[in-house]
Amino acid sequence: MAFSAGALPSASSKALAGLARRKGLAALALAIALLPLALPNNYTYEIAILVGLNAIVCVGLNLLVGYAGQISLGHAGFFGLGAYGSAILAARYGWPPLASLAAATAAVALLAWAIGRPILRLRGHYLAMATLGFGIIVSIVLATEDRITGGPDGMAVPPLTVLGFAVSGEKTWYWLVGALLIASVWVAQNLIASPRGRALRALHGSEFAAGALGIDAARHKLSIFVVSAVFAAAAGALTAHYAGFITPAKASFLHSIELVTMVVFGGMASTYGAVLGAAVLTTLPQFLTVFKEYEMVLLGAVMMLTMIFMPQGLAPTLARALGPALEKLLAAARRKPV
Amino acid sequence: MLLRAENLSRRFGGVAAVQEVCLELEAGAVHSIIGPNGAGKTTLLNMLSGIYRPDSGRIFLEETELSSLPSHEFAAAGIGRTFQNLQIFFNMSALENVMAGRWLHERCSLGAALLRLPGLARAERRCRDAAAALLESVGLGRWLDADSDAMPYGALKRLEIARALAAQPKLLLLDEPAAGLNATETGEIDALIRTLAARGITVVLVEHNMKLVMEVSQHVIVLDYGRKLAEGDPRAVSEDRRVIEAYLGTDAQ
Amino acid sequence: MSSALAQYLLAGLTLGAIYALVALGFAIIYNASHVINFAQGEFVMIGGMAAAVFVESGLPLYLAVIFSIGTATLVGFALARFAVEPARGASVVTLIIITIGAAILLRGLATLVWDKKIHPLPAFSGDQPIVLGGATLLPQVLWVLGATALAVALLSWFFNRTLTGKAMLAVSHNRLAAQLVGVSVRRVLLVSFALSAALGALAGILIAPIAFTSWDAGVMLGLKGFAAAILGGLGSGPGAIAGGLALGLIEALGAGYLSSAYKDVFAFLIILAALVFLPNGLFGRRATERV
Repeated sequence: MAFSAGALPSASSKALAGLARRKGLAALALAIALLPLALPNNYTYEIAILVGLNAIVCVGLNLLVGYAGQISLGHAGFFGLGAYGSAILAARYGWPPLASLAAATAAVALLAWAIGRPILRLRGHYLAMATLGFGIIVSIVLATEDRITGGPDGMAVPPLTVLGFAVSGEKTWYWLVGALLIASVWVAQNLIASPRGRALRALHGSEFAAGALGIDAARHKLSIFVVSAVFAAAAGALTAHYAGFITPAKASFLHSIELVTMVVFGGMASTYGAVLGAAVLTTLPQFLTVFKEYEMVLLGAVMMLTMIFMPQGLAPTLARALGPALEKLLAAARRKPV
Repeated sequence: MLLRAENLSRRFGGVAAVQEVCLELEAGAVHSIIGPNGAGKTTLLNMLSGIYRPDSGRIFLEETELSSLPSHEFAAAGIGRTFQNLQIFFNMSALENVMAGRWLHERCSLGAALLRLPGLARAERRCRDAAAALLESVGLGRWLDADSDAMPYGALKRLEIARALAAQPKLLLLDEPAAGLNATETGEIDALIRTLAARGITVVLVEHNMKLVMEVSQHVIVLDYGRKLAEGDPRAVSEDRRVIEAYLGTDAQ
Repeated sequence: MSSALAQYLLAGLTLGAIYALVALGFAIIYNASHVINFAQGEFVMIGGMAAAVFVESGLPLYLAVIFSIGTATLVGFALARFAVEPARGASVVTLIIITIGAAILLRGLATLVWDKKIHPLPAFSGDQPIVLGGATLLPQVLWVLGATALAVALLSWFFNRTLTGKAMLAVSHNRLAAQLVGVSVRRVLLVSFALSAALGALAGILIAPIAFTSWDAGVMLGLKGFAAAILGGLGSGPGAIAGGLALGLIEALGAGYLSSAYKDVFAFLIILAALVFLPNGLFGRRATERV
């Protein structure tokens, strides 16, 4: 049985998502284009960039968790390896950052394939444990091998250069990350709407029935595991080059948990849910710092209350609440004589 | 001979669910497997579709040995099935369920899927049309875009058949397709099975509804306590003394 | 046996006993509700922190122990009653996020009610090492091993001899059947959280004199407990104990003979290898799904 079986996302939200695919992408692009109007300073740009980078990871992770129904509590491991891989190649071996980013991401893809083969046979909580163990191993190795990684204090990372030009400044990064996020969403939605995407959702729905239709569950799980690891590694490398600094905390268990929480919080099996989850849970802690020592209590309470009262996540609940209102609005607009 | 099974056995803990069962299934016929509850019918079906690996014995489809391959290889070889306890993809619409059934014929590479290469859109339209036509053919035309979790039980039973047919199997295993259905719905299943047979699909039917079994099948296999008790044409089997005893007890005479 | 080996084995058993208590907490809650409670480590932290603060405020140790176990039990009960029970029927991942939220909330509360400092708890009967054969051991180690053994014996009595315990076993075997014979699944859920919290708190109190305690001490102990429960086979009591002891021994031997920085890496590598060969853990039930 798939991990999150018991409360599969309803088919209607899927059909709706399919219908709104192109409109959704246009709306996302519009939101990204207009957001700078509401960003007064570099600090807010910085948060928006972090939202975008986290959203890229979540869009990939959601393919695995939301669509294929497989859990991972170790994706920060892939994130961290992408970040450190690219940082080390660029800083210690003088690779051009774009090449180091590509090489690190490719290496993580290979690693994900190699560890995914044995562990994706595990089910439910056993798979959760295995991915968690992988993530912890990565974070310990990164913190311990201080001659290469700088240890627990982290290491400096050279800035990203594209065709000899350094990508610098919050605004440049904003547009770069915005474009990459749109590309990620586009790619993820293409996959979901393809026969392969249907095969993934099928094995989430019933692995027995999927097998009886010729769908090789092991192969599909493995390929989506690798795809999601690539999203995480690439976003990790970008984050490292953007921040100019990386610490093992980015590969830690807590970061893995943060990533899964974003996906579930936003609403599984909806790409925009993953983006929304990343946006809310990246900005929320920034707001909560106002509450100083109450920050942790509030974050925990928000997570609990949201999941208790919106077990499907934010996006499906909002869609259900706002859907009828929007329809009414549209109908009213149509009734008006032109 | 479409399917040949030699000495299939399977145990669960101390229980021998199926023992030394041999099958020879002619192409183009409707074969029924009957027997009291716990006789091993579903276990046998699960072995014939690769969901359970037999402890011993071999399975051949047209001389290709499948015995210990995983279930998706059984499907690729041409064996489709439905399930006694519905295994609908409740996370998809009716149409998508059937489209998922086209996987063996409409697969695509990961790269093509991610980048939505031009050929894919055309293939998707073809897939959609084929699935819609299949749903129409099993009488589910009005449920095309329905959420599968909002459909009535009888419709879901037929949805599973349509989904299995989408893979264009040579051999279709139906596990209690009429269980829980009323007389009208059972009649529809009856007609559907005849249509399939007329189209040249070999059917294996596991069913408790004897009227349905006797009407549609050309060949009946009786299991009892995991062993094959009798087989033959429906009339011969229904008059077999051992079969009557197995169903009604030894005092039946 | 070399004295170094004896020392490592003793350290491993001590650590393993603590992991076993935490793992039992995971198993009990999992059996009652199929929930993996990621706030289990926080019960350990609450036990240790509450006991340390009670003792600092002048309470005698035995009262501090009783009060801190009581505090954790109440927290466990509240978690079940106000967070897990209202979310019944939600997907497994949703429930995991709820318990992770609870863990963050409890850690936050710990920093508010107490502080962010590291707290010591005095050893129960002094720090004078006992020399035994070639090895020396702290009296606290005997407390850890003895109290764990006693807790396991009490649990076994509870599950096999009391009506509530039997009801909990019944729910873990067949929820629907248990409900049909009149077992209150709701009560079983509440009791399981309270019981797991008490076990976690006990673990936290026992280990505090050896490892100190602080508001974030529960994170790693909770993870190790989960790892031990999985290694043993989720939902199996003997599995949780065996998994805990095995994990403790692997860690101690790895730290002693190979590298202390990589002790957790060995532990998790061995767990990964074990899972690949035994996908249901050491004592896990091998389920054949019906279709």
